[in-house]
Amino acid sequence: MSLFRMQGDFISNLPKIYGLYTGGFLIFVLLMAVLEQNGVSADTIGILFVSFTIIIYATIGWLSRTMQVDAYYVAGRQVPPVFNGMATAADWMSGASFVAMAGGIYMGGHGYLAFVVGWTGGYVLVAVLMAPYLRKFGCYTVPDFIGTRYGGNFARLLAVLVLVVASFTYVTAQINATGTIAARALQIPFEMGVWFGLVGILLCAMLGGMRAVTWTQVAQYIVLIIAYLVPVFWMSNKQNFGMIPQFSYGDAVARIGELEAALRLGALEAVNAPADFPGLKALSVAHASAGDAWKFVTLAACMMLGTASLPHILMRYFTTRSVRSARNSVAWSLFFIFLLYFTAPALATFTKLQILDPNLATSIIGKSLQDVMALDWVQKWHDVKMLAIVDANGDGIVQLNEFFMRADIVVLATPEIAGLPYVISGLVAAGGMAAAMSTADGLLLAIANALSHDLYYKIIDPKAETRKRLIVARVLLIVIGALGAFVASMKLTGILGAVAWAFCFAMSGLFFPLVLGVWWKRANRAGAIAGMAVGLGVGSWYLYQVKFVGMAPWFELDHLRFGIVGATASLVAMVVVTLMTKAPDAETQAMVDEIRIPKGETVLGASH
Amino acid sequence: MSDIQQQREAHWRKTRSLMIIHLSIWFIFSFVVHWFANNLNSISFLDFPLGYYMAAQGSLFAFVIQLFVFVKQQDNIDREFGMAEEDDK
Repeated sequence: MSLFRMQGDFISNLPKIYGLYTGGFLIFVLLMAVLEQNGVSADTIGILFVSFTIIIYATIGWLSRTMQVDAYYVAGRQVPPVFNGMATAADWMSGASFVAMAGGIYMGGHGYLAFVVGWTGGYVLVAVLMAPYLRKFGCYTVPDFIGTRYGGNFARLLAVLVLVVASFTYVTAQINATGTIAARALQIPFEMGVWFGLVGILLCAMLGGMRAVTWTQVAQYIVLIIAYLVPVFWMSNKQNFGMIPQFSYGDAVARIGELEAALRLGALEAVNAPADFPGLKALSVAHASAGDAWKFVTLAACMMLGTASLPHILMRYFTTRSVRSARNSVAWSLFFIFLLYFTAPALATFTKLQILDPNLATSIIGKSLQDVMALDWVQKWHDVKMLAIVDANGDGIVQLNEFFMRADIVVLATPEIAGLPYVISGLVAAGGMAAAMSTADGLLLAIANALSHDLYYKIIDPKAETRKRLIVARVLLIVIGALGAFVASMKLTGILGAVAWAFCFAMSGLFFPLVLGVWWKRANRAGAIAGMAVGLGVGSWYLYQVKFVGMAPWFELDHLRFGIVGATASLVAMVVVTLMTKAPDAETQAMVDEIRIPKGETVLGASH
Repeated sequence: MSDIQQQREAHWRKTRSLMIIHLSIWFIFSFVVHWFANNLNSISFLDFPLGYYMAAQGSLFAFVIQLFVFVKQQDNIDREFGMAEEDDK
């Protein structure tokens, strides 16, 4: 029994608590495997997986409820670096990372790896330029920093605006992803799935704010990383690529190269593509050909600068005990993110090999149309219009250019493609749900906190008492969540497109005002206002022109890369306007000196 | 008072050089390496084409190692000038 008796406070017991949790989750997975062996249907197992994990998250959310301001906004500033690293990793890895990334690599090959490089390299910027200084500042939200560093409600308001535009774009994509997964696993319509997902998200975040989100995100990270790694290890062992597939799939990359030549990739035109289902694609890009270097580096740059400007990520580092542990926890975040990101290309490679290699029982290219259509997974995903097979030349054999698939399903379908037991599919669905929910939590909280703290408390009603502030925060959380779910249920954007836009919005408006606020003492209010307004304005204008009006892109910067245009405009405007107006007063300059050293009190009080 | 001021300035100078060093490493692994991906692909590394390997794993390893080293280095600078916080218990 002593195992369950907790001595000391909650924080020092964290390793034990999450150790037990991980063990419990693995036992649950085994139990599901036993149920499957005993003939329980695949649908039931899927429902059990998704509902069981959501109940756990909701319980953690309930246990973390609070009525204290610093617990609600920054989890009481006591999260240890390693755990904050896990929470950030879950906060960070969204439905796009979990569900769509390996699929993107599957379709796009080497060129698509720009996302992998961009979404990891961004953390170098976070650690070196931002996180420790914002932690020393002691703010609750990102606009809190802008508002205090530059002074004035207008600067604060603009920061809130950029935050809302970027985070709201992002959160609709996440609610969309929870809806997709819930709909599949629970056998309900997509629109219902969206609202169901929202209820789960709110249960985690509403009562305990940042404190509840932190501890649910740690739990969600554990589920999502297990769910991502298990199928890859399993497939690798089945295909004899060894225990640690990440180091040994070089041969698989080479084999795909041979097969691509043999199957005449690129030589065959994709004909009769089923146009009525947008997003269905046939393989047409070689797996390991580098493609256009300019496109690669510009996309990576957008993702990196966006990473360092996204408020829901930056605010995670406000929750650590010290500046040192904030810095430390960025390194741990990157480590935990890295575990998934260096696996994604391996997953994409193995899945592609499963489909292409005629020596494997699972392959479908080159098999007869009749046999392929009889496969369970082909039928199932065909029914929901996620893949299509068109025998264009009428020879009854499936060719490379006749098999169309939606990139988003690669991760979800992989266990079935590889013939793994259904329990693995259920596990992957729970993992995808965890990834999308944890990111949606963080985003909704970032928006609601900025509105309740910066707009309501700092600007509208500075005399509001604690209780009222926290009630306003919760009401806003529900309203914004509902708005997000409503927009998501209209299916306006794909998962990945919306995510890239969010990064570009954030970097256009916030990157330079944040960086220069720390690294350039001369930067002043007028400059920051110009930087945010011009950055967001020019970025949005460029996106609108390129995407909707049909303007020819400058320097091949398409709508996924508009952040480069916005951020450049922001930098120029900020520097020019700052130099044209007078330097900030001595008090502000002293404040900047103060955030540059870890020692001493934070600039803003513990409770403000 | 001016003594403390000098300490602070020296601390910030060192912090800034460390920032420049790490951003240079970051720049190389983020952009330079991938700019030459086509050339690197003709080299084989652990059976991977090297350009592909750098995008799928190499740069990621570099970032992770770099950050843990950075944390240590910055902490040393803070301690050297007496600017570090008290140690966590």
